[in-house]
Amino acid sequence: MGQGITQLSITTAPFVSSGLSTRRLMWEVALALVPVVAVATWYFGVTALLVIFACAFGSVVTEWSFSADRRSLGSLLDGSALLTGVLLALTLPPSIPLWMAFLGGVVAVALGKSIWGGLGQNLFNPALVGRAFLQAAFPVTMTTWSPPREGLLHLDASTLAAPLMHVADATTTATPLGLAKFEGTVTDALPLLMGNIGGCLGETSSLVLIVCGLYLAIRRVFDWRLAVSTLLTVAVFSQVLHWINPEAFPGATFMLLSGGLLFGAVFMVTDPVSTPITLRGAWIFGVGVGLLVVLIRLFGGLPEGVMYSILLMNSVTPLINRYTQPRRFGG
Amino acid sequence: MSTFSLARASSFRHGVHPDEMKAMTRELTIERMPFVERYVIPLSQHTGAPSRPLVGPGMRVRRGQMIAAPDGLISTAQHAPVTGTVRGIELWAHPTGRRTPAIVIEIDPFDSQRVFAEPPPPIDQMEPAEVVRRVQEAGLVGLGGAAFPSHVKLQLPEGKRAQFVILNGCECEPYLTCDHRVMVERADAVIHGLRIIMRMLKSGTGYIGVELNKADAIEALRVASADHDDIHVVPLEVKYPQGAEKMLIDAIFDKEVPSGKLPIDLEIVVNNVGTSVALTDLFASGTPLVERVVTVTGPGVRRPANLMVPVGTSLEAVLDYCGGLRPTTHQVIMGGPMMGAAQKDMDVPIIKGISGVLALNEAATILEEEACIRCGRCLEACPMFLNPSRIAAVVRGENVEQLPGLHVLDCFECASCSYVCPSRIPLVQLMRVSKAMVRQQGGK
Repeated sequence: MGQGITQLSITTAPFVSSGLSTRRLMWEVALALVPVVAVATWYFGVTALLVIFACAFGSVVTEWSFSADRRSLGSLLDGSALLTGVLLALTLPPSIPLWMAFLGGVVAVALGKSIWGGLGQNLFNPALVGRAFLQAAFPVTMTTWSPPREGLLHLDASTLAAPLMHVADATTTATPLGLAKFEGTVTDALPLLMGNIGGCLGETSSLVLIVCGLYLAIRRVFDWRLAVSTLLTVAVFSQVLHWINPEAFPGATFMLLSGGLLFGAVFMVTDPVSTPITLRGAWIFGVGVGLLVVLIRLFGGLPEGVMYSILLMNSVTPLINRYTQPRRFGG
Repeated sequence: MSTFSLARASSFRHGVHPDEMKAMTRELTIERMPFVERYVIPLSQHTGAPSRPLVGPGMRVRRGQMIAAPDGLISTAQHAPVTGTVRGIELWAHPTGRRTPAIVIEIDPFDSQRVFAEPPPPIDQMEPAEVVRRVQEAGLVGLGGAAFPSHVKLQLPEGKRAQFVILNGCECEPYLTCDHRVMVERADAVIHGLRIIMRMLKSGTGYIGVELNKADAIEALRVASADHDDIHVVPLEVKYPQGAEKMLIDAIFDKEVPSGKLPIDLEIVVNNVGTSVALTDLFASGTPLVERVVTVTGPGVRRPANLMVPVGTSLEAVLDYCGGLRPTTHQVIMGGPMMGAAQKDMDVPIIKGISGVLALNEAATILEEEACIRCGRCLEACPMFLNPSRIAAVVRGENVEQLPGLHVLDCFECASCSYVCPSRIPLVQLMRVSKAMVRQQGGK
């Protein structure tokens, strides 16, 4: 026996594995983003692709420049930097100048991930760190919304603007959340589902986001508890408020389908790194995000609060982990 | 998952679902491996003190003759698996990787190889102490893997009761089918052995836990136990590590054995189905434990089989009998793929606790370890509800002072954490290190 076998490998058990890899998880998420990108392009034209490219370019270049060995592709291969860039882009307004998008991508990886020690070490969601930076630095641009369906080849004047230059005003629209907050108009469910509305690139079509979320949950790419607890909390809290005062507070359907909630619940709340590792912690995290979203949207000064809600909960993740360590079996 | 448990067969919480890989051998009737020239009987094949040798070089021994005696309460005997001549007591490769003292026997090629044993008197006329002595002197150990001396589990500790006896027929490790075949082919003997254990422990009820992927075994056991109202065959969800004692008890009784306690503290005793058959055979014919069923399988084995192998047969002889290894073989494992041990020395003997021999190909993609992304899959897998990710980080940071409170000694190294980790962090290995660290400190 043993013909042709020169060397048997000696390792310790287990000798089989689930075949999962972080790389595969990243690419699964990337795959789930394809329809989102497609819809963004459908509504906002080639601008969407340019913004995505600018963000991804900024993120990838930053990741590369932070790696110890710049001759190899190193940590770029895990796909996480690319993913951060694309996720950031999808949370930006369509008319954002490309140089800002690029800068956001740089900040997302540099301040959101690399300075913490790279993949797995960061406290905050990197894409949202990039977005929070842009929101603070360019508040007007970040709240200016161009209308959908201007044509596939439509380019806003602002898109190609040179850094720090003032751009002439273009046609703008309001997001459903803005309409609800400042004008008291509640958008119907159908446009919210289809996405023919103003908003960030990736957030407008709820239907597509629901499908992508189901795909990722069924493939067990993410912990469904995080997304479900977030959405459930928003639904329950806002519906209770709606019953108390239907005039002032829109119902659960509108709250769930509008703004960045679904995008955040599917792609941001479910980031494993910046959310609790424990099973109970996942529920607490989602409930926290959901409560904050409703509070900011309905009682705060801003029409939308998904980003801040997630970042705030990111900051207490270590604390949640500490207090939700699993109970031992038989203990 | 637990939300759906009512609609399914019962199980424990957490755990993993590896590919079963049992199709290659599940239908294959147990066949008897022919005798070979040389047998090696390590003095330690069980939990507890090694056996004390009774033979020396040049002595003639007969198949079934005791060649090493129990040395203490938690110890057992060894027997000659063949009639032949003792070559000597030599340091020999052991499946655990160490070299340990072993009795080497060369077969007498002209002997009939009839078992040298006398049928004992009927068991119901024997004193319990006599039964225990015979079991110990027959070298019976748990055949599920841990090889705990069986006679110890036939006695009740002072002040304890054992209302329930569970036979473990889960065989949750991928690839292995030896228990499956034993249950199908020897269902009556399984039930008979269970009756012996129940009588010894004065137990009221017996349970046999079998995973749902062995429908024919469940059926065979149900037929065999049809006249026994106090014996229940319990179908269980196919999930690893369902066959771990504490998980099995949780699945059947929905009770957790407290940390640091034994099943007997819940008035339960668990034995493997193979052990039950060995008990039946012992009290039917007097045959001591000189052979066991081993599943030889895996993509590297040319002719997979369920083999009845004399204890002490070399790994090489077993693989040769199964057509030899394919050149693609990358690893040879003794035991299952989740908890077994890779072998380098083909001279290593099959011992009492070995239920499988696997020849595995190289994994299609070997990926390097990556950073922990804190996905929590290891927490969701750990049947003992530990936090492998955190324990691994503590071990690597050598922060020994943080280990208390992480309950690392509860870990029984089922390797579910390593199995699921997408970053391929050697979690179970780090768990082992953490246990050693805690033991070194004499703590918990």
